[in-house]
Amino acid sequence: MNRPVAIVSFAQRPAVRRESRFDETEMVQDVVSRALDAAHATIADVGFVCSGSSDFLVGRPFSFVTVIDALGAWPPVSESHVEMDGAFALYEAWVRLQHGDVDVALVYAFGRSSMGDLRSVSTAQLDPYLVAGLGLDSISLAALQARALLEAGTDTEANWAKIAMDRRRAAAENANAQLRTSPDVETLLREPYLTSPLRKHDCPPISDGAAAMVLVGGDRAFDYTVRPVWIRGIDHRAEPHTLGLRTLTDSTSTRLAAERAGAYNGPPPDVLEFHAPFTSQDALLQRVLPIGPNTAVNPSGGALAAHPLMVAGLTRVGEAASRLVRGDGLRAVAHATSGPLLQQNLVAVLEVDP
Amino acid sequence: MSARVAVIGVGQTRHAARRKDVSVSGLVREAVDRALADAELKLSDIDAIVLGKAPDMFEGINRPEAYLVDALGAAGKPIMRVHTAGSVGGSTGIVASHLISASQHRRVLAVAYEKQSESDAMWALSPKYPFQPPMAAGAGGYFAPLIRAYIRRSGAPPHIGTLVAVKDRQNGVRNPYAHLKLEGIDRAMVEASPMLWDPIRYLETCPSSDGACAVILADEAAAALSPRRPAWVHGTAMRTEPMLFAGRDQVSPRAGRDAAKALYAEARITDPVRELQVAELYVPFSWFEPMWLENLGFCAPNEGWKMTESGQTARTGTMPINPSGGVMCSNPIGASGLLRFAEAAQQVRGLAGDLQIDGVRKALGHAYGGGSQFFAMWIVGAEKP
Repeated sequence: MNRPVAIVSFAQRPAVRRESRFDETEMVQDVVSRALDAAHATIADVGFVCSGSSDFLVGRPFSFVTVIDALGAWPPVSESHVEMDGAFALYEAWVRLQHGDVDVALVYAFGRSSMGDLRSVSTAQLDPYLVAGLGLDSISLAALQARALLEAGTDTEANWAKIAMDRRRAAAENANAQLRTSPDVETLLREPYLTSPLRKHDCPPISDGAAAMVLVGGDRAFDYTVRPVWIRGIDHRAEPHTLGLRTLTDSTSTRLAAERAGAYNGPPPDVLEFHAPFTSQDALLQRVLPIGPNTAVNPSGGALAAHPLMVAGLTRVGEAASRLVRGDGLRAVAHATSGPLLQQNLVAVLEVDP
Repeated sequence: MSARVAVIGVGQTRHAARRKDVSVSGLVREAVDRALADAELKLSDIDAIVLGKAPDMFEGINRPEAYLVDALGAAGKPIMRVHTAGSVGGSTGIVASHLISASQHRRVLAVAYEKQSESDAMWALSPKYPFQPPMAAGAGGYFAPLIRAYIRRSGAPPHIGTLVAVKDRQNGVRNPYAHLKLEGIDRAMVEASPMLWDPIRYLETCPSSDGACAVILADEAAAALSPRRPAWVHGTAMRTEPMLFAGRDQVSPRAGRDAAKALYAEARITDPVRELQVAELYVPFSWFEPMWLENLGFCAPNEGWKMTESGQTARTGTMPINPSGGVMCSNPIGASGLLRFAEAAQQVRGLAGDLQIDGVRKALGHAYGGGSQFFAMWIVGAEKP
């Protein structure tokens, strides 16, 4: 039986194409101080800190080390870091809170995708001996998967264009999103291919951003908020890296993580926030994750409207939680992805008390 | 409410400057296969995997846990990638142990590696930060001033570093996996070696190694089925302090002292030198042995060098430190911390072979990283906690 753990606050910076005024430490200081303030907490209340980021985005090793300076970590803190999306830092913090000896955890993530050449950064994530040398990157990989989906007959380019339009128009309501308008489907489909069969609108924007979240275990959550968002289940699973060993037209690891997190038990969620950088992946995840007639799907606009790498997954959890706090429903499912072509997926089930 | 955690399998690679006979995945599997053989398990018996390594720039593979899923048999399982600078190997063991103590899984594989020959660690350790003076000196250039501060503060005589280098290298000769095995090492050889970063001589510094380490952790029920004696985790601690803070004592960082204090409290240790029989400490430069002895509370401040000088830290002494030869003999950076944790476990399991110290009931594994600001430690014991 897991200890109940609640999200008690969440803060994010608006995603921007290039954050040129602040460095990573300053961006994290902003979101951490706002998340702590919203919980009426200080770093002294925090029993465990976990963060997510990537050295390759920044282009230098140990990029998370100087960011520690943003925490005011004195006296020293119990702290860990994952070289992954912040959603996986959230998972590590949730595990830490299960022990019951600490009650409050701080999670943060930062990513400045603008710092280098994202396509070559994504190539460097592939098998270095057999695949990376072929020069595949995030967009050409996504195009391979999109082609497989077209040939399977489950998707059309028009379907993807509608997803692009819907997500970015939904983001008009989200001040933290980066792309908040969209032409109509007919206009989008007249655009040339970027990498066939994907057009520019099928791809995520390049974004810089940061986010932070405060988690509290047990009834002490009510000391920090009047409306805790309870994490009812959380799980993550991986798929093979070798593309030939995977079914690109499905997301078996998402389904497994969702099953284990309890996402298919009970009624469909009121809010579903999933982390699909490409329209084709958005369509695919809609077929895998639980959606009912009244489910708000990616009401924030999702990763197609703002995609700060290493932050976008944690932001899905934060957006889902924020909507429950706002009264948009009682139950939400949030999803985050890591690795090429949805290789690894995390699913969390969130609920607020009626 | 924490469940008990046991180490039931340990494996490491042969460490070398260049393991050209294996890929990164081959290197990792060499350690994993040995850990599985030790535990008499298959990859399919593993529920979850925690992978640790130092910066991705060391090999030029961006977040390699994705690529390593196949070699680690991680498909369908959770896999996490930990990175806490030089302490990462220790953190990897601790995060993996938490998955069991939090009752999430029964058997978890902790694996850490570095293949330094596939990149240039000196380059990657000398990043250029905007608005800061460049530090194109690697780790030795960063830590040498801290050692000089320690010598000035403690009044240690200049040969202490030499003594540690000779002792650790003599220990390394007994270690079948060690990278550096310097037969006949003596003080004259160390003192004749070139000065790299005053006062650190060539033979007082760690090598750059290719290597990996794997540890299989289990819950109580899975440990009961294990064919060999387990090592029980009595306590774990991680502490971090900021890098740029004028109030820091970088010679004896508060994060290290606080981590040790929390660790001893959890493991119910009141007098570490009497209650621990051996410790594997992260000593990349010889002088860090006396510095960590003090930081860990093994002796009074400024007295660490006396423990070293008296021979207490030799394998025949009352508080053997690094009977494996430690980081001075093998330094696959990301794996070095997990190697310390693993060697401590082998000592309490009585499976340390030629490295075995008689009568070890409790042992400490230690790792640090960054600018002496990240600390990860555990205490393992032969009995259940």
